[in-house]
Amino acid sequence: MTALEPSTTPGSSAPGGLAKSVVALDRVVIRLAGDSGDGMQLTGNRFTSETASFGNDLSTLPNFPAEIRAPTGTLPGVSSFQLHFADHDIMTPGDAPDVLVAMNPAALRANLGDLPGGGLVIADSDEFTPRNLAKVGYATNPLEDGSLDGWQVVAVPLTSMTLEALKDTGLGKKEAERSKNMFTLGLLSWMYHRPTEGTVRFLERQFRRKPEIAAANIAAFRAGYNYGETTEAFAVSYEIKPAPMAPGRYRNISGNQALALGLVAAGQRAGLPVFLGAYPITPASDILHELSRHKSFGVRTFQAEDEIAGIGSALGASFGGALGVTTTSGPGVSLKSEALGLAVMTELPLVVVDVQRGGPSTGLPTKTEQSDLLQAMFGRNGEAPLPVIAPRSPGDCFDAALEAARIALKYRTPVMLLSDGYLANGAEPWAVPDVEDLPDLSVDFATEPNGATADGTPEFLPYLRDPQTLARPWAVPGTAGMQHRIGGLEKADKSGNISYDPANHDLMTRLRQAKVDGIAADIPATDVDDPTGSARVAVIGWGSTYGPIGAACRRIRRSGREVAQIHLRHISPFPADLGDVLRRYDRVVCPEMNLGQLALLLRARYLVDVQSHTQVRGLPFRAAELAAVVQDVIDSTTPTASTGGTQ
Amino acid sequence: MTTSPHVHDLGMPGTSIDANIQQAIADSVATQGEKQTALKAKDMKTDQEVRWCPGCGDYVILNAVQSFLPSLGIAREDMVIVSGIGCSSRFPYYMNTYGMHSIHGRAPAIATGLAASRPDLSVWVVTGDGDALSIGGNHLIHALRRNVNMTILLFNNRIYGLTKGQYSPTSEVGKVTKSTPMGSLDHPFNPVSLAVGADATFVGRAMDSDRKGLTEVLRQAAEHEGTALVEIYQNCNIFNDGAFDLLKDSSTGPMWTIPLVHGQPLVFGPDGASCVVRDDFGGLRIAETNQVDASEIVVHDATREDPSYAFALSRLSSQDLRYTPMGVFRAVRKPTYDRMMADQLEEARTGSPGDLGALLAGNDTWTVSA
Ligand SMILES: Cc1ncc(C[n+]2csc(CCOP(=O)(O)OP(=O)(O)O)c2C)c(N)n1
Ligand code: SF4
Ligand SMILES: [Mg+2]
Repeated sequence: MTALEPSTTPGSSAPGGLAKSVVALDRVVIRLAGDSGDGMQLTGNRFTSETASFGNDLSTLPNFPAEIRAPTGTLPGVSSFQLHFADHDIMTPGDAPDVLVAMNPAALRANLGDLPGGGLVIADSDEFTPRNLAKVGYATNPLEDGSLDGWQVVAVPLTSMTLEALKDTGLGKKEAERSKNMFTLGLLSWMYHRPTEGTVRFLERQFRRKPEIAAANIAAFRAGYNYGETTEAFAVSYEIKPAPMAPGRYRNISGNQALALGLVAAGQRAGLPVFLGAYPITPASDILHELSRHKSFGVRTFQAEDEIAGIGSALGASFGGALGVTTTSGPGVSLKSEALGLAVMTELPLVVVDVQRGGPSTGLPTKTEQSDLLQAMFGRNGEAPLPVIAPRSPGDCFDAALEAARIALKYRTPVMLLSDGYLANGAEPWAVPDVEDLPDLSVDFATEPNGATADGTPEFLPYLRDPQTLARPWAVPGTAGMQHRIGGLEKADKSGNISYDPANHDLMTRLRQAKVDGIAADIPATDVDDPTGSARVAVIGWGSTYGPIGAACRRIRRSGREVAQIHLRHISPFPADLGDVLRRYDRVVCPEMNLGQLALLLRARYLVDVQSHTQVRGLPFRAAELAAVVQDVIDSTTPTASTGGTQ
Repeated sequence: MTTSPHVHDLGMPGTSIDANIQQAIADSVATQGEKQTALKAKDMKTDQEVRWCPGCGDYVILNAVQSFLPSLGIAREDMVIVSGIGCSSRFPYYMNTYGMHSIHGRAPAIATGLAASRPDLSVWVVTGDGDALSIGGNHLIHALRRNVNMTILLFNNRIYGLTKGQYSPTSEVGKVTKSTPMGSLDHPFNPVSLAVGADATFVGRAMDSDRKGLTEVLRQAAEHEGTALVEIYQNCNIFNDGAFDLLKDSSTGPMWTIPLVHGQPLVFGPDGASCVVRDDFGGLRIAETNQVDASEIVVHDATREDPSYAFALSRLSSQDLRYTPMGVFRAVRKPTYDRMMADQLEEARTGSPGDLGALLAGNDTWTVSA
């Protein structure tokens, strides 16, 4: 644990011999809330980095408006960042904050409802002006009118203290005021004993070309830290010990970052150039941004004119021998549907990333949801099956991207990778893998004829399948003697020529389905966490609900009950043993951030009476709420014949 | 590797195509023999039965292309033809090259991904007036402005052939079709004007039945580095028969056709009676040759950087096809997208060759020891 150097401020040895106590905590949830212009996301990210490098386990939940700059000081303009960190392994960004930092009245009003009674509010008192209060409908100042009596409130003039700290820098008031987020970060860094030199380095790097701004931010940051140390307003600071983690090298990573790095790694491990065709859309754009920075790995990024061109160009690149990738969110998937069918028909490798967001149409662009599952499964004309996989945490987006690429390349198929807004923007510590340990994804291009015409002349049959995988050969243009034509019209088995033959269409439809179904033999068995092996209720989830469901299961187990957690990474095809696994339990609960899409699939496929529990609030599940739901199921499950011993 | 002008010279091996792709190509050459570049028209044919209506203009275009392509000296396996959907888009099946018959309107997008990632290939797009200008209009204009190295052949029969005869975005106003029994209401696109408006670096127009003229435009288009658009007037003898007779008929054709020859004065018509002269506001107009001074007659220059001249040329023709310029309107040099993309990759690689381990670790790591 590194503290700031005792600074030149004399106040660092507390005036009046103020005795500050240190309280040890095992976990804290902090929510930083302010105006979109207040830099809350940056502050949150910095605090996260400090926390990561300190060695706590952590999980984050950024939450920002869809508007770039809603009117200042209004409720729609509030942006927040929640961070949960602990001295043990945690799975979610926390159901509710313990500490709310409110940079203005709007931030307080928008977030106070989530803060349990007794929680700590730190508010910038400078911003609680009559005008700002009126903007959000406060008739009187809540910092003064006693309405916050149920909470601990520390009102701090963050803005004026920042201005005071920067008065000698020569910066204008407006400019100087911008550093109040760094002052706040300094204060929080002191409160939670965070290492600070990373932030100082970050600010120096970030404002390399504007040293005066870097200096001002660093000064504000230090002033905030020193203020915490000297003020009587905060008598306590908190210590959260590092979490025990498996030995290794760690970094902090967001889902979009991890996904992008997974794609770069996939290209490297396959020995293929990556080609990304994408059209910007929240919350997927950061993958495009990240990948466009990795040209030195032979990654080509193409900002297409629309999502159709995004997938079209990627498929064209795949035809040419690249690992074609297209990234988007739900509305973009809708536009890609027809081209996805072409990819199914041409049987070319393609990774399609859908970072799901809320709602139909434009919906809730910056919020999270899992409602594209059925679209991913079936959202195409004709029988057009394709593999669907979903990461379960930000760091897992890396492995999921590699897995999507593995399946796409091995089976020559488009693969849908379903991330979501929560995974995309959330962050967690991630054990940096060794490159040598990454899977080998190398492919064999077809370079020689695999058949012969009636007269014995060798010929290339582009749809003569590998008997094991049912994948067709991949012969790239430029390969001599292998010229062939592919396309969207039905293909004759083996030759790939156009065929309208009814029996052939029936055969090919079933072959395409069998190829996808066959992948079940090439994926791990169902992931079941049932510590005692005797739970009678299982909770099943997919994608980003892994964390909240896992946290809920832990709570339930702490209450002395037994529960199993089943988590699906592969949704198409399902793991081969999934039906048997489900039938082992008396009751199966399926929480989803949609209206029951996985539940529908499971019920249809396995005739198991899966009980759906759904929420579409644009936010992840709260572990406590989930635990209560599952606990009720457990408590209402009476022993059944199977446990009653009719055998 | 071929050295035809249509294909980028890659210089050092491995600079633009990934090593594994190059290895596959080398392996195939090792087993199949050297790349064949001395080809004949028959080498371009496939065993697939051509399925256009007898008499369709698509046949003559296919023949012209099959006869012309070998002259480029490019091996068949280095050519890729990508098409959309429509009668014309059946084209790839009849060409013994690599090909993709894709989905309606999207061929330029698919070809863009292919050409941008494989600058070693000769990439062609075959599309129709509905495919390119209606459902695929967006992809077409963006392909043209981007200038990816590929040649787009737009078969314009001024009708939807495959769907059996609805009017298209190039049909003349008032066209009576199955979907417009009282005549169509919307004003057509002039594909050349559209392409020039999108800043296309190469725009040409040719007639299906004019083998010589078509071949000449194809040659220039193939030699052009960047996106080339060739509008080919194509007769659909089933749903829009005779659409171009005004220009084809020997009695009327010469009167209404303005042949574009780079460096030559724009004089046309029987006995050179008509010519093109400058008009107000930077436009062009038709004049009678004997009524103007020779110095007033415009000398065709396809290489003019400013697209207004090519645009003005394209506006000489009306939707009834009178005064239709045929040939190459515009051929200007601009850096190609695929080349610039390859250059950026190269620059990034030389700056800092990709180190995956370092990338995964990022700037801020911490170590937990056992
Ligand atoms: C998404 C989609 N919409 C509609 C169609 C039906 N369709 C096929 S071809 C075509 C028009 C073709 O016209 P054009 O491009 O002029 O080609 P032509 O047949 O005249 O050569 C249409 C509307 C389709 N195949 N796909
Ligand atoms: S419908 Fe017209 S364009 Fe299509 S094949 Fe027949 S003649 Fe040719
Ligand atoms: Mg047409």
